[in-house]
Amino acid sequence: MSIENVSRRNFLGGVFSAGALVLAARILPEEALADTNEYHGKAASAALRPSIYLGVEPDGTVYIVTHRSEMGTGIRTTLPLVAADELDADWSKVKIEQGIGDKRYGDQNTDGSKSIRGFFVAFREAGASARTMLVQAAAAQWGVSASECKAQLHVVTHTPSGRKLSYGELAQAAGKLPVPKPEALQFKPKSEWRYIGKESQIADLADICTGKAVFGMDVKRPGMLYASVERPPVMGGSVQSMDDKAALQVRGVKQTASIDPFKPPYTFQPLGGVAVIADSTWAAFQGRKKLKIEWNNGANASHDSEQYKKELLETARKPGKVVRNIGDVDAAFAKGGKIVDAEYYVPLLAHATMEPPVALAEFRDGKVEAWVPTQNPQAVQDTVAGALGIKPEDVTCHVTLLGGGFGRKSKPDYVAEAAILSKKTGKPIKLVWSREDDLRFDYYHAVAGMYHKAAMDDKGKTTAWLHRSVFPSISSMNDASSMYGFNVEYGMGLNDMPFDIPNHRAENGPAKAHVRIGWLRSVANIYHVFSGLSFADELAHAAGRDPLEYQLELIGNGRIIDFKSQGVADYWNYGESYEKFPFDTARLRKVLEIAGEKSGWGKRKPGNGWGIGVAASRSFTSYVASVVEVEVDKNGKIHIPRTWQVADVGMVINPDRVRSQFEGAAVMGASIALSGEISLSDGRVKQSNFNTYPVARMNQAPLRTDVHIVESSALPGGVGEPGVPPFVPAFANAVFAATGKRVRELPFSKHKLV
Amino acid sequence: MIKVKINGRERTFDGDPEMPLLWFLRDELDMTGTKFGCGAGLCGACTVHRNGEAIRSCTTAMKDVAGKTITTVEGLSANGDHPLQKAWMQANVPQCGYCQTGQIMHAAAFLKKNHHPTDDEIDAAMSGNICRCGTYQRIRAAIKTAAKEMA
Repeated sequence: MSIENVSRRNFLGGVFSAGALVLAARILPEEALADTNEYHGKAASAALRPSIYLGVEPDGTVYIVTHRSEMGTGIRTTLPLVAADELDADWSKVKIEQGIGDKRYGDQNTDGSKSIRGFFVAFREAGASARTMLVQAAAAQWGVSASECKAQLHVVTHTPSGRKLSYGELAQAAGKLPVPKPEALQFKPKSEWRYIGKESQIADLADICTGKAVFGMDVKRPGMLYASVERPPVMGGSVQSMDDKAALQVRGVKQTASIDPFKPPYTFQPLGGVAVIADSTWAAFQGRKKLKIEWNNGANASHDSEQYKKELLETARKPGKVVRNIGDVDAAFAKGGKIVDAEYYVPLLAHATMEPPVALAEFRDGKVEAWVPTQNPQAVQDTVAGALGIKPEDVTCHVTLLGGGFGRKSKPDYVAEAAILSKKTGKPIKLVWSREDDLRFDYYHAVAGMYHKAAMDDKGKTTAWLHRSVFPSISSMNDASSMYGFNVEYGMGLNDMPFDIPNHRAENGPAKAHVRIGWLRSVANIYHVFSGLSFADELAHAAGRDPLEYQLELIGNGRIIDFKSQGVADYWNYGESYEKFPFDTARLRKVLEIAGEKSGWGKRKPGNGWGIGVAASRSFTSYVASVVEVEVDKNGKIHIPRTWQVADVGMVINPDRVRSQFEGAAVMGASIALSGEISLSDGRVKQSNFNTYPVARMNQAPLRTDVHIVESSALPGGVGEPGVPPFVPAFANAVFAATGKRVRELPFSKHKLV
Repeated sequence: MIKVKINGRERTFDGDPEMPLLWFLRDELDMTGTKFGCGAGLCGACTVHRNGEAIRSCTTAMKDVAGKTITTVEGLSANGDHPLQKAWMQANVPQCGYCQTGQIMHAAAFLKKNHHPTDDEIDAAMSGNICRCGTYQRIRAAIKTAAKEMA
């Protein structure tokens, strides 16, 4: 990310020249610029703007832009903390601005646990650049050397004389200086960090607790109408005939409008259907119930989850596409010894964000302005533009707070629906998905069937391991003929299993998608790590060994895994360079060892309804071990009194938000393990609301989760997702320890434990 | 014409008496602190108080609040300083925050009845309120902190 002095050029397509804008900001009343500021932000029009992410005004206010979306990770606060620290700003004088969708901010898809990984450096440089320029401006004013001046808490001090100038007093002069080259910047030493690694509170805390926080669901525009869409019940279906007479009789209903079905592949296009437009959300919902629609159901009308499960598991019994190979598993199996094998299955899962998808779009004069809880504002621009045949730059996407995301809100089909309806009606449209819509028309986390087979020598050492995985791929989103996964899905627990086994092969078998498939918090790790680490536990028991000790033995010595020599040509590595973020098994061993110590592993003998389980994995370049304790009562009901999450996520910016993400990951893991299942018959999703798609409630979630963050100076890794994958097998392993019952098919609610 | 007192102010409504209170609050009064989560009384995001009792506003029809007193999160405290709100901030409970007003409103009604709740009592009382981010252990801790302050 290069930094340039944007005070010297138009910012984000503004109509003023930069000089005029600065001047205008001094002379014109605030209201005259309100529209401009709404689009471009106060950081952009500030006196000192060393980066598109930061501006300093003469009144001392520091504006920091968060171009990433806030869905609960705290990123809206955490990235600005990085810049504020390097600037040595007084946090009480920092105002956070939410960036609109704009490619000039760089990647805005708040996904893949990569906001800090991707933008730590840019925000640090933004703060350091501003600080350097302020110090230079002060030194020039005093006629002294910059090396005699120090910036501290919004004030530059000339150390020998004690003279002081505030950041605000220096902003204009500093704004006229050239922005230092990144390689010339000096960063603060760790000992002087004011915010990084320290306890901070999120900027929206008070607003959230008082109901003032603005989520997508809360936005309004003058003249706005509400819309609710009846979509084809089977993916790929379309309207055959429609009768809206009764719907139009409902009080408050204004009109109906059709939305065309998508053209395959499904991408981020709307599913199509019929919208009811009304003067309240309730009227739109009521009117929709009165629609009479005959559907063409298309090719997926006979899709049945039970049948599909059989097909996935049968396919997993057959050789597939090899995605990693070490040694020769077939030769090792032929030698005999103890053979262990098992099938695993994870059903489709829905995101079920607390705020269902919702979007407000206003089409006017060939342009669209949208207010959206989105993880991906640039995709909103592209998708809306594609749907209406306009240019992406003619779509302005304002990003609200998100009531949860988990990957669902990276896919802006719901914004395209709102924009299409706004164009058709000539009114601003707020389009609200019901919970039923959310669960029936999601981009589901893939269902997967897996087969594991291992051989063990007479000392109980695993000598060969075959891992086959079959799932409808996310690539079906962009390729209607997709039958296989791709390196992103392989790199999440299939071709990066960290075990040091002389013979190992990973394979991917073919499967066709019959619903929209998308990514959900930790993605393919969910099924790969559940099955892989459950099977590792099976091997430990087959060998008569302690599961924690056995997992450490499987991992082997600390080393950097050399994937290239193991037939993995295009190891994904979460989009990062392998040199900067190698797979280091020493770090994986360490989180496991600490998890053992913290949890008092081995001190109590499992059985009689009490058990403890462990699993560790690397994902999103971070290393996490989960230990889960369970109690299974005489009715087979599972309680989770305690869990430990030990995480090496590299350098930590905001420790409390790291802890909260791992606490939350344990709860989401519990939801996946206990009750998560979407299933279809006749091509239709059977679940409809939280009664049929239960998620963990307070009395089902872990009673207590202790998070231990490993001290690390490694580059920052992912935080939002890596806590989910190891939790699920650790839970399953604990249930096995408690009951002797090995559950290989999620969710646990389908199985009787006693 | 339905009359209802909301946060101390008399309001009138002459629309569909079957419309849930939630939509009157959100769409007509712009009181958006009360959230839509499920529309079926299953998640608790829409919790408000009717005559002091926690109810789900998404399944409570306007005809069933006629003549009643409603408190929403906007009316819970004058300055966002209800002991629960303070405890929530002290414990950094929220992640995305969407469910939290409903959680706070449910907890506020609960603490009026039970001044010294145990873990089990809190879990039983709060299990109708879903938090998909998984902030439950902080919610439990914050309720205990607030209970101490209120006792």
